Order: sequence, then structure tokens, then C-alpha cells
Amino acid sequence: MSEPQADVTVVKSPVYLKYRFTAGSAPARFLGRLKEGVLTGQRCPRCSNVYIPARGSCPACGVPTEKEVVLSDKGTVQSFTIVSIPIPGNPIEPPYIVANIVPDGANISFIHLLSECVNEEVHIGQRVQALWKPAAEWGYSMDNIRYFRPLDEPDVAVDRIGKLPVTGLES
Amino acid sequence: MREIAVVAYSQSPCVADAGATNEVELIMPQLQAVYSQLGLASAQDVDFVCSGSCDYLQGAAFAFVAGVDALGAVPPIKESHVEMDAAWALYEAILKIRMGHADSALIYGFGKSSPGELPIVLSQRLDPYYLAPLWLDTVSLAALQARLLLEQGLLTEHDMAAVVARSRHNALANPLAQLAGEFSVEELLAEEHFVAPLRRADCSPVSDGAAAMVIATVEQARAWGAPYARITGIDHRIENHNPCLRDLTDSVSTRQAAAAAGVHRGPVDVAEVYAPFSHQEILLSRALELAPETLVNPGGGVLAGNLMMASGLARVGEVFRRIINGEAGRGVAHATSGPCLQHNLVAVLEGA
Repeated sequence: MSEPQADVTVVKSPVYLKYRFTAGSAPARFLGRLKEGVLTGQRCPRCSNVYIPARGSCPACGVPTEKEVVLSDKGTVQSFTIVSIPIPGNPIEPPYIVANIVPDGANISFIHLLSECVNEEVHIGQRVQALWKPAAEWGYSMDNIRYFRPLDEPDVAVDRIGKLPVTGLES
Repeated sequence: MREIAVVAYSQSPCVADAGATNEVELIMPQLQAVYSQLGLASAQDVDFVCSGSCDYLQGAAFAFVAGVDALGAVPPIKESHVEMDAAWALYEAILKIRMGHADSALIYGFGKSSPGELPIVLSQRLDPYYLAPLWLDTVSLAALQARLLLEQGLLTEHDMAAVVARSRHNALANPLAQLAGEFSVEELLAEEHFVAPLRRADCSPVSDGAAAMVIATVEQARAWGAPYARITGIDHRIENHNPCLRDLTDSVSTRQAAAAAGVHRGPVDVAEVYAPFSHQEILLSRALELAPETLVNPGGGVLAGNLMMASGLARVGEVFRRIINGEAGRGVAHATSGPCLQHNLVAVLEGA
């Protein structure tokens, strides 16, 4: 009889796979303009919604969105959360704010950081603007924008969020 | 039982590298093509949608969910997905219609295999304890199978080269094919071995692309007024995941699926067989007990272009196309999944 052995409860078998990832034609155009410090969306030819970042289709209508639209780097807070616990791998020190921001001229939000604000005073409908990194540091990434910060503008009514033209509140 | 028919089908060309195109951009043109065949506006006009794909191929997490962006899912639609070839999405859709939960369904499959090393990526389908850590690639596994067939005298390298020569020749008439041309068996045999006894030409190429299909009850098909082909039988069977526990010189699962689908209840004018390696076309033709007069892979089959996760659906689509064009009255489509033909689906299509 052999010695009784402990149960094998863990087997390590690491998986390494290499990929040459491509974002897609529409995302590539978005990333190209982002590198130049410009936010762009794409307009659906059927329902006219403007999407950012564009993936090449209107997910509501299922039709290609081929027309690029230049958006503002001003926007409106659609929703937000105050992160109070450290997230593994995230270098940002809590507490900090993650917000859904709708840029003027678009109809859907993207998620970015909100800073230079009093956390407790952040609210839905608040006007914000991007703080860009120095142009020399721009790449194909949303972190060309360091974060958004409050603008001294009147709040946007909840039912108007996501419906402002690229000119913002002025029109 | 409710009679179900294929009513529309479209496939992209097989290309070695779809470049910057993402999955949504691969799928949308095929969806638009099947909509236009029926006069539909969007996926809202069918009762159910089911897709087949594998996120490992392009190495993008939840790529199959991103694919839903191609559908127009507002207001919400009934949608499902199989992490398999879309031939199995077709199977799910057929069950849905048979059970009376839908009268029509859109099925699509897509695969962007070029971003990774496909034979290595597919090694991760093997069992995670013994085989996957060996990184046993699909070509090596197929080579083991081919060696068994050769050593047992069940076929010759000449037979395998003849399959390739016929595929390349047939593909000349297939505008969607990736590899086509006139090659003699002698020319093919003069090429050196790649993974012996396989030569490169014995292996299907790596391809990017997508395919889409609409099926419906025969009543709905007639209401749409488009030509259709009835699906009179479909079945799928799976064998042990350990290739060492199977008879690799035969495909028992294909034999069983063919019997259950009713392949032998009538003549088979055309057979579209999903054989990623040349020896497998011979093996599968035997397992399906195809008569000598049956046309096998008249468009070149997957040796001419292999859209992983869409090629199985495309086999059904090719038989549908031949039937509605009047080139065939009754045909058989076969799809496979897993190493060395582990899992096989057989469908029988007949004219209206």
C-alpha cells in the first residue's frame, strides 16, 4: 500500500495567448480624432441619436452609423458615484468621483472621472468640462482627458440631459 | 410537428485578415442582406434571434454581446447565443419554433480568427488538466487522425490530395472563396509536409467573416413570398472529449446524427460537409454513406475558406442556395465542432 496522499485541490495551468487586437473601423476613427484632442460621435441615419464612442452601428436601430460628428468637451453629469474604498490596481486615491457624462452634441454618456469639486456637492444635471493633459502626452486613449471639473453654468433639467446641442446651453 | 424552412441566407467573402473591421462591422452587411431578401426592416421583424461565436477567436471579452449592437435591440428583442458554430444556433432556433415560441428566427455566426494563432487558441477547448497544458493544436490532432487512417489503409495521401484539388477547382466558381485554382494531385503531393502527414493544402485556411440566415414556419415563409427550402431533419451528437477514447478513423456521432435526421430516406443531390482537413471529407462522406453521384462541397467547402463559428451555418446556407436555385432537390448539410470531429450536426433540406 502506498502512503495516503493529500487531495489535489489546485492545479496551476496558466493560459498565454497573443492577439493583434483591432478596435474596428469606426472606433479607429474615433481614436484618431481623440489623439488630436477632439471628441467625436456618430449619428444614426434613422433615429438621429449621436453615439460616443461609436462602434459603427446604432445599437437601437441596427444600422451603420457612418457620419462623424464633432462634439464639445463640455458636458452634463447624468449620474455619478463617490468611490470610498481603494480598488485593486487603481492608482487613484479614494474618495474620488466616477461619473456618467454626456458631452454636448451627443445623446449618450461615457464614464470618466470628476475632480476639482466638493464631492458632497456633485449632482445630476451639473455642468462640467474636460481638463486635457498637455498635447504632447496625447495618445489613442480617453485618459488624454485627465478628468472633468465643474463649470460655472446653470444646471440642466433632468429631462434635458442628453439632449443639448453641441453649442451647449447657449442655444 | 411544425414544418420549418430556410428563407434567406447571406455570407461574407472569406478573407485572411478583415483588417480593422470589428465584429459589428462584420455582421451588419450580412444582416442587411438577409433583411433585403425578405423585405424586413430589422431584427424587430423576426420573433427570435440566435447567434454563434467564440470570444477566444478575436481575444475580446464579451465580443458576442457587442455583436448585439448590429441588431437594433430597441425595443428589447428575444435573443440568445451559443459559444459554438452558428449551426447550433440554428438548432436552438428550430427548437424554439417547434415549441411554438416563435414563428421566425434570425441566426448569425461570425468569427474573426486572424488576431490570434487559431490552432493554438483552439487548443484551449481541450480538457484543462491533461491536454490543454500541452498546447495540443488542432492541426497536430488532425495529423494524428490522418496518420491512423493512412496506417490502417483506409485512405492514401493521393486520396487526400485529390480532395484538395477538387476543392480548389470548385472554389473557382465560388466568389466568396479564399483559396481557389487548378492544381494537379501530383503538384499537391510535391509540396513538403507541414505537420506530417498533412501538407498545408490539407488544412483549411484561417478566415475572417460572418454569415446570416432567416428561418420560419412554412406558413410564414409563404406569407413572405420568398423562395424557401424545408428543413426536414436535423440532429446532433457528441463524442467523448478525450480523442484517445474515440475511434478517430470513423465518425460515429455523424452516423447517428445522419440516421436521426433521415439522410437516407431519399436521394442526396448535394452534401455540404464541414471538413477542416482533407482526410476528414473522406471520413465524413463515408460516415454519411453518401452515394457516388452526390455532389460533395461543390463550392470548395471549408478547405477554400473556413469561417470559424459560421462555417457550419454556411454549409446549411449553401445547400439552401442550391435548392432554391434549382440545382438540387434534396441536400445534406453537416457541421462539426471540437478536435478531430468530436461533435457533429446533420441537417436535411428539401425543396418546397
